[in-house]
Amino acid sequence: MKKKIADILRQRFYGDESPLDEDMIASLGEQPQGLTRSSNEALEALEGVRELRVQRAQEQEHEMYRQIHAWSYSSGVKIIQRLYRILSAVTCFGIVMFLLWTVNTLPPFGDPGNPDNNEVAARYVELGPGETGAVNMVTGMILDYRAFDTFGEATVLFTAACSALFLLKLHDHKDGKPTKTWLEAEYDDRFHEPKNDQILQFAAKLLTPVVLLFGFYVVLNGHITPGGGFSGGAIMGAGLILYLNAYGFKKTERFFTYRTFQWVTFAALLSYAGLKSYSFYTGANHLESGVSLGVPGNILSAGFILPLNICVGLVVMCTMYVFYTLIRKGGV
Amino acid sequence: MTLLTVIVLGALLICAVATCIAKDLLVSVIIFLAYSLLMSILWILLQSPDLAITEAAVGAGVTGILFFITLKKLHAIKVKNDEEKDR
Repeated sequence: MKKKIADILRQRFYGDESPLDEDMIASLGEQPQGLTRSSNEALEALEGVRELRVQRAQEQEHEMYRQIHAWSYSSGVKIIQRLYRILSAVTCFGIVMFLLWTVNTLPPFGDPGNPDNNEVAARYVELGPGETGAVNMVTGMILDYRAFDTFGEATVLFTAACSALFLLKLHDHKDGKPTKTWLEAEYDDRFHEPKNDQILQFAAKLLTPVVLLFGFYVVLNGHITPGGGFSGGAIMGAGLILYLNAYGFKKTERFFTYRTFQWVTFAALLSYAGLKSYSFYTGANHLESGVSLGVPGNILSAGFILPLNICVGLVVMCTMYVFYTLIRKGGV
Repeated sequence: MTLLTVIVLGALLICAVATCIAKDLLVSVIIFLAYSLLMSILWILLQSPDLAITEAAVGAGVTGILFFITLKKLHAIKVKNDEEKDR
């Protein structure tokens, strides 16, 4: 064995002539026993000391963690909860006090000497019906004097609907087949939502036409009586949601699909923009539309206010309804 | 300030506090709807019927429905046991 190792070593490193003599070769395989044992013992002792030290450190750490946990579970949670309660109460109280102080410095309600009773309001009240043709001054303001602001509001609503679509819309069809997520959502909806509920269906049968008719009335009479596009559209949207809740998606799909939403919103916003685009050519003066104002108080009066109200109402109605269907199922 | 205004304002305050301290989320939402309805009455008393219509339609109608459906998605509304057996 020793010979073999020595031969291999010699052949590998030195060829045939070896610098090692026979004794060295003989001692190659031997272990220097005393030294080895002592060094092993020393090493073992060192290892033992290190292990002991590590163990002690670990125990200390565990103890520390245990103490922290115990503290946080017993008194820490209590302290933080109390701090949270105190802080929220102080914040609420501070905001309430600040608002009350602000209210206190406001001028008295309904006083004729208030700063809001200035020449602007007086001019609107005096000349508004003559200039816009709208008896309801609020609608005359938002759809004639400030029509561009209202267009921006309608665009904000449309943008909100777009973001909700990006986030919540499920892909219903892919390569002509309904996708798995869509089928799951439909099953989930059919399982969890009320169906064939007698009370709800009877209530919806009675209420839906009345609610929708009232919505139409509010939209069409926006320039004569209180209301207008936004409130009327919200009422109509609520009526549609009531009908959907009572009868389910099968019935509403006959007259309101995703395509309906797309086209109605698109057409309403486009016609709003088209109807108000003349103010680019009249120097941002929204009043001179060239359309006769008619007799204030008639349904067909007040120039462009009636079609603008219808556009806003349609956009609001579709957006309300589609928001609801998106949150409920993920699509119309 | 008429008596009706005082009553509505008091009920409004009670609703506002009760919305915050109600334990059940469903109860909280229902109280919030009552708050919106009282607010729309208050708008009429303040002679702004336009706001009253919008508040009644949006605050008491659409907001409530969206809250309810959110609670349902979060499983915050408990379904009764006998209804589950029927299915």
